[in-house]
Amino acid sequence: MTRQMVDYASGPAIGYRTRARLSRALAYTAGLMIAALVLVPILYVALGGFRTTGQLAADPAGLPDPWVTSNYTEIATSSAFWGQVGTSTLIAVLTTAIVVALGALAAFPLARFEFRGRETLYLLFTLGLLFPISVAILPIYLMLRDLYLLDTALGVALPQAAFGIPVTIVILRPFMRAIPGELEDAAAIDGCSKFGFFLRILLPLSRPALMTVSILAFVGSWNGFLLPLLVLSDPSSWTLPLGVANYSTQYSEDTARILAFTGLSMLPALAFFLLAERRIVGGLSGAVKG
Amino acid sequence: MSQPVLSAGARQPTEPVPSDAAPGRGSPQPGAARRSARRAAEISLYVGPALILYVLFVLLPIGLAVYYSLYKWNGLGPLTEFIGFDNYRRALDDEVFRGAITHNGIIVVLSIAIQGLVGIGLALLLNQRMRGRAALRAVYFAPYILSEVVTAVTWLLMLQPDGLVDTLLRAVGLGDLIELWLADTSVVLYTMFVVITWKYIGFAIILFLAGLQAIPQELIEAAAIDGAGRIQTIRRITLPLLGPTIRIWAFLSIIGSLQLFDLIWIMTLGGPANASNTMATYMIDRGFQRYEFGYGSAVAVILFVISFVVALAYQRFVLRRDTEGALTRNVR
Repeated sequence: MTRQMVDYASGPAIGYRTRARLSRALAYTAGLMIAALVLVPILYVALGGFRTTGQLAADPAGLPDPWVTSNYTEIATSSAFWGQVGTSTLIAVLTTAIVVALGALAAFPLARFEFRGRETLYLLFTLGLLFPISVAILPIYLMLRDLYLLDTALGVALPQAAFGIPVTIVILRPFMRAIPGELEDAAAIDGCSKFGFFLRILLPLSRPALMTVSILAFVGSWNGFLLPLLVLSDPSSWTLPLGVANYSTQYSEDTARILAFTGLSMLPALAFFLLAERRIVGGLSGAVKG
Repeated sequence: MSQPVLSAGARQPTEPVPSDAAPGRGSPQPGAARRSARRAAEISLYVGPALILYVLFVLLPIGLAVYYSLYKWNGLGPLTEFIGFDNYRRALDDEVFRGAITHNGIIVVLSIAIQGLVGIGLALLLNQRMRGRAALRAVYFAPYILSEVVTAVTWLLMLQPDGLVDTLLRAVGLGDLIELWLADTSVVLYTMFVVITWKYIGFAIILFLAGLQAIPQELIEAAAIDGAGRIQTIRRITLPLLGPTIRIWAFLSIIGSLQLFDLIWIMTLGGPANASNTMATYMIDRGFQRYEFGYGSAVAVILFVISFVVALAYQRFVLRRDTEGALTRNVR
């Protein structure tokens, strides 16, 4: 507790305690100001949903007076909203399952086998980090049409998973590589096959990295817009982002309703984020450091 | 948890002894060919599924886009009207598309300059022991988790004339600054940049904070003992050591700015009068709204080539230093 961090660097004029206090005060001020800028839009949506459009027009920055719950309750009891939550969840789970399963399988030999062309293969996968889905979207659309996958969950999940493969492998490979070879030797001596080693030792030990790639895939899929927009033309199979986008045009006159719909659709993402914050942040910084 | 990732490559993977390995390796023995075929089969069992999916939905479509771009095609009928590079010529001659490229360029430059400076400054400020830092970090990161659609709709409503933004500006006496945020062709791109910054600045701050925390405290203490002032320490020690993180963030930011689509599409559709078009919104408009699949594909290929060349150049000239282990800037 006695260790000061950066504060050794104080000049002789003022003591480092004063200096530390000053810089902390500055940090708090700046930090809180930015936090306010971040929070205002989110609060505007959340609180705006409790107002009427008339209230909003009269005083955009005011608090609800009286509090109106009908916007939220109408949406929370509508089957369209829950259908979209369901579709988004289904597609995100499918995407995550595919990308993590295939990515982990592929990362295993790329990390721990010695074979010719290994680095070339790895490079081929990493190149995918540079390919935006928008470049490939026209042909993907036509392929999905020919495969009768338009308007299906799989039609969204497969391309999303394919575009998630590069980052999954890039995160998993160094992680799997760093697991000591002695464990592998010991497993082999005990009669464990390579696949057994992968399944029973490597995967459990890679759990932190697997969590990170799962979260990235899930959030990426959950937030996806362009691909679902093109693939899912039938409103009954829409995801939540499509629902929000459509709701805002459909009820463009009724700001409060849009705010309530948008506010409710924020909830799953924010709840998920609060649960997984450490993982997301840790994973991202880990990936960048590696 | 990032420890194993950090130590990546620290050790070479050991080759496990195959149970059926024969002694005298290297000599062409009868079983060798069969063994290597078995090995190839084993590897492809592991890598194959991912590779198939990746080739099918990533590489093949990009190849197909190149192919379609040589045709005049509406995406429905047979692909017969070969027109060579006409689509490319048309795109590069089109002022609207050239404007879109410029807009992407402006967003790239603004993102690096402003988000970079603000992000680094805030990370430096927040990188000290203070109560509530974890909570602040979480708050900053929240917009990054919200979908582009939610962000777009939220800001769309806040930026309405006499909406929340205008009201707040008036409340703090800055009413003169009010513009038609999304309807004025000379303002809309910068409005979009503010929204982009709101959504992505947290990502920069979190990365920079993580980078700062990886800097050994001993170095900073040593500098202090040697009599370095605070500014000097930041300039000579902290920033150079943060270099790799900054350069990776800049890379992600550049690629993201070049591929900007969702926010713009929902908030302005590239308008008014194409003033906020990006390459991607232009491409989707021509390809899917006007059914010019051949032309849209040519635009997609140009977008791809620009991203790719920028990425390669960046890799070659900027990131290379990190792989060579050079920590200090301006060394030569």
